[in-house]
This record gives sequence, structure tokens and C-alpha cells, in this order.
Amino acid sequence: MKRRRHFSEFAVETLIRILGFSTIAFVLLIFLFLLREGLPVFFEVPPGTLFSAHWYPTYGIFGTLPLILGSILVTLVSIVIALPLGVATAVFVREVAPAWAREILKPIIEVLAGIPSVVLGFFGMTFVAPLVRQVLGAPTGLTAFTGALVLAYMALPTVISVAEDALDSVPKSYRDAGLAMGATRWQTIWRVVVPAARSGILTAVMLGMGRAIGETMAVMMVTGNAGVLPTSLASLFQPVRTMTATIAAEMGEVARGSTHYHALFGIGIILFVLTFLINLAAASAIFQKKRRGGLR
Amino acid sequence: MNRALAQKLGFAFLGFITLVVVLPILLVVGVIIARGISAINWQFLTTMPHGGMKEGGILPAIVGTLLLTLGTALVAVPIGVGGAIYLSEYARDTGLTRSIRLAIVNLAGIPSIVYGLFGLGMFVLFFRFGTSILAGSLTLAIMTLPVIISTSEEALRSVPQEFRTVSASLGGTRWQGTRNIVLPQALPGIITGVLLGLLRAAGETAPILFTVAAFYLPRLPRSPMDQTMALPYHLYVISTQVPGMPLSVQYGTALVLLALVLSLNIVASLLRRHFRRKRQW
Repeated sequence: MKRRRHFSEFAVETLIRILGFSTIAFVLLIFLFLLREGLPVFFEVPPGTLFSAHWYPTYGIFGTLPLILGSILVTLVSIVIALPLGVATAVFVREVAPAWAREILKPIIEVLAGIPSVVLGFFGMTFVAPLVRQVLGAPTGLTAFTGALVLAYMALPTVISVAEDALDSVPKSYRDAGLAMGATRWQTIWRVVVPAARSGILTAVMLGMGRAIGETMAVMMVTGNAGVLPTSLASLFQPVRTMTATIAAEMGEVARGSTHYHALFGIGIILFVLTFLINLAAASAIFQKKRRGGLR
Repeated sequence: MNRALAQKLGFAFLGFITLVVVLPILLVVGVIIARGISAINWQFLTTMPHGGMKEGGILPAIVGTLLLTLGTALVAVPIGVGGAIYLSEYARDTGLTRSIRLAIVNLAGIPSIVYGLFGLGMFVLFFRFGTSILAGSLTLAIMTLPVIISTSEEALRSVPQEFRTVSASLGGTRWQGTRNIVLPQALPGIITGVLLGLLRAAGETAPILFTVAAFYLPRLPRSPMDQTMALPYHLYVISTQVPGMPLSVQYGTALVLLALVLSLNIVASLLRRHFRRKRQW
């Protein structure tokens, strides 16, 4: 009886160990299958044209530059919007708002995190885009800017919650010291607390960017999907097409094993590597803070 | 300038920015409810679509999303909770453990459309599951894992160390302590985390685009190897791919999806609140 219990326990613990390691296996499997289906494109299309300025798959032209720039444009503008809004909201919720207001604000922000991206895209398409069109007087409201606006709100819950954690980890003694020096709460917040939390805020920016660059449905529905090379700031108010939207829109129609199919997986590889690097940077910032242990 | 006045203005400005963040959220929910509620009736929720999806209901999309969420739970919960138990109760701080954590962070950061590509490459084509509920659930499950693992690990870690020490001092093995003491105490937190992970899976579109979703399939799925319609994909289809779709039907579909996801969200936070109050430590 005793031996049997030991055996079943051994079995369970082994299983748990395997499950623990499974996440590493999944990351590797994802990369492996992307490579398996996407690597051929680098042999089928000359490397020079792979990063050229035209994406015309029907004519066999696979230049990914407009898609990459489209993604970068939308992502950067979205983070330029989300960063000040997110940090200000985090400061307000964490440092200024009375407890009852916090009890109301936090659940509302959580609701935003829970709204499916397709619903936000739908709302952006039917409600925000017509507004943008009217305000700009442009022929269409489906522009890079509309995409960036919707993306900014999608990134906000991430930015706010990570920034709040960062503010939380600033020791109370810092605040006390600031106030004891005769600074007002306002001065203490901006000259002491926020600077002390800046590495955490940087993490918030990176995680928000990772979220924005990988967002698919909302972006596809509101950016207009024109594969034009964004060259100037004016491109912001014209339709663009991102890497994610290209995969989502075209994968359904390609023949398996064709160059186009491989090219879409190739874009997947680029996205995987990009988000991997962004998250690696964000994670190393988190790990570093823990190891140093100075704050807290 | 007067310092007290500067502070007042500053706080008012922060409050204003917070409103700029919060009001659009209420606007989204409010507009979808106001414009969608008129489309919602018993027939809309319980019948098949017909007439090129412009008439009839959205039953197969609702059932499809529920089945996909169930399938996701069946795969992701055992793996995720097991992984969390390993990290919280067994793992030591080694390089390997750090790689696991890094893998979780990266899984959480991989774009949903890349999960879709992966699901297509591995489950649909390599394992020959075809576009099926099985392939879609597996894809969604792997995407949901990082949420379930991190929230479950947090719940397990919040159980005080003394509980484990007492269990060990009574002669219990590590597994006995985990199963009989730690796991039951952490269960509410784990359930909350699982719900949060699943509601994300229920609302996702990109991972199911090439792995399970059917454009128009006015019948209920018969087996896990069947394709199915699903709410998020259906909303995408009727709002972008079908010309002349009545706006009220589009908003009605958005409302059903939103209601499903938000009600899961509310259940999760109520549970969390309830158990936090009941907790004795």
C-alpha cells in the first residue's frame, strides 16, 4: 500500500514537472512551425525584393517594406497617444484619487481590457471612422490615425496596470522625504515618485508596444488596408496596411505551398522575432529590478 | 505661481485625462447596447441564420463560441494549473526555471495572428486535424496558457508558507501538502484566473480564422472534427464581408459577444471579491 502511494505520487510529480516545462516546448514549437512554413520564401524571392516597396502578391511581387512601415507607424503613434494618457491615469488612480473613485475607475479600465478586439474594431469602423472623416474632411475615415487611436485604447489597460505597479513599488519613505522637504504632493509626485518609477514605466511602454504591434482584427477593420508605402507624416491620415492585417486578410485565399503562402508565414516570422525581442527587453527590465532589489 | 494652486490645477488636469480614458470605454459599451438591443430577441438567439445571414438568428455562432471555449478549457486548465503548481511548489530558482518564466512572458506576447499561423501549420496541416473545433481549441488553449499559469501561480503563492510547513511537520509529503492544503486554499484565485483566460479566448478572432471558423454554416457542429461558426468571426464577417447587412444585426451580434465576455468578467471579479472577504489569512 505504502509503495503504491509512493509510485502514484512519483507519477503525479513527474507529470507536473513535464507540464512546467511545456511552455518552453510550446514557444519552440511555434517558432519551428513558422520556420517550416515560412523559411522557403527566403529562397523563392530574392532578398533584395523581399524588402522592397511594393506588395503585389497577385503579380508575384512580395516587398514587405510597406507592411513593416505600416505596422511601425501605427504602433508608434498609438504609443505616443497611450503613454501620456496611461501614465497620467495611473498617477491619478494611484496617487490622487480618493478610495471611492478608485473603486469605480479600476473596474471600468478592466472592462476595456476585456472587450474583444473585433468588437473594438467594429466600433472603430462604424463610429470612430465616420467621426475622423468629418473632422479631417478626408475622403475616408479608415486611416492609420484611426487605427492608432483604437490601438492606443487597446494598449491602455496594459500601460496603466504596469505603470501602477511601478508607482506602487516606490517606497513610502521617498514620498515622506519629499513632503518633509516642504514639497507639495504635486511636486513630490512629479519630481520624486514618477522619476523613481521610470524603469517600470519604460516596461509599460514596451509591453504596450508589443500588444499594439501584434493586434490584428481591430487594425484590419479600421486602417483601410491599402498597401501604400507610408513616406511622410501625411500618410498618417491615409489608409495603411499592417503586417498582421495582411496575414489575416490574405491567408484564407492562398494556395498551400505557394510563394504567397510562404511569404505570409515569413511575415509571421518577422512578427514573432519582433515581439520576442520587445518582450525580452521588457522582461529583462522586470528581472533586473527584482535582482537589484534596491527599491521596495 | 502659488504652489497650492498649482497642485489643484495639476490634480484637476490628471482627473480630466482620466476622464478622457474612461469616458470612451463607457461610450463603447453604451453605444453597442443602445444600437444592438433592438435586434436581440428569442428568435435571434435561438435560430439558424438564413437569407444570406441577413435574416434569422445567430445560434450556430453562439454554440460554436461556447464549444470552442469549453474545448480551450479542457486543454488549457490542466496544463496551466499543473505548470503553475510546478512553478510555485516545486521549481527552484535555477536557469531552467528562469527560462520557463521567459517562455511564459513570450507566449503572452506572441501576436494572436501568429498563433493562428501556428495552429494552421501544426494542427490543421501537420496533424491533419483539418479546420476543426479540435484544431481551433488547441490553438486557443496554447494562447490562453500564459494567463492561466501566471494567475494560478500568483494564487498558489499567496497561500502562506506556514500552511506548507505545518503539513510537512505532520509527516505529509510535498504532494500531499499541495493537494490537500495549498490547492484548496488557492482554488478561488485559480478559478478567477481561468475565467479571465477563457474570456480572452472566447473573444479572439485571429487565432480561429484559419483553424476552425466557418464563414456560413447554418447547422450545429456534430463532432470535434467539424468546422463551426463563432461569434467574433461572425461579427467580422457580417461587418466587413457582407454588403447590405442591416446595422442593427451587426450591433446585435456585437452586443451578444460583449455581453458574454463581460458577464464572465463580472463573475470573475465577484468571485475574487467574495473569496477575499471570506479568507481567514
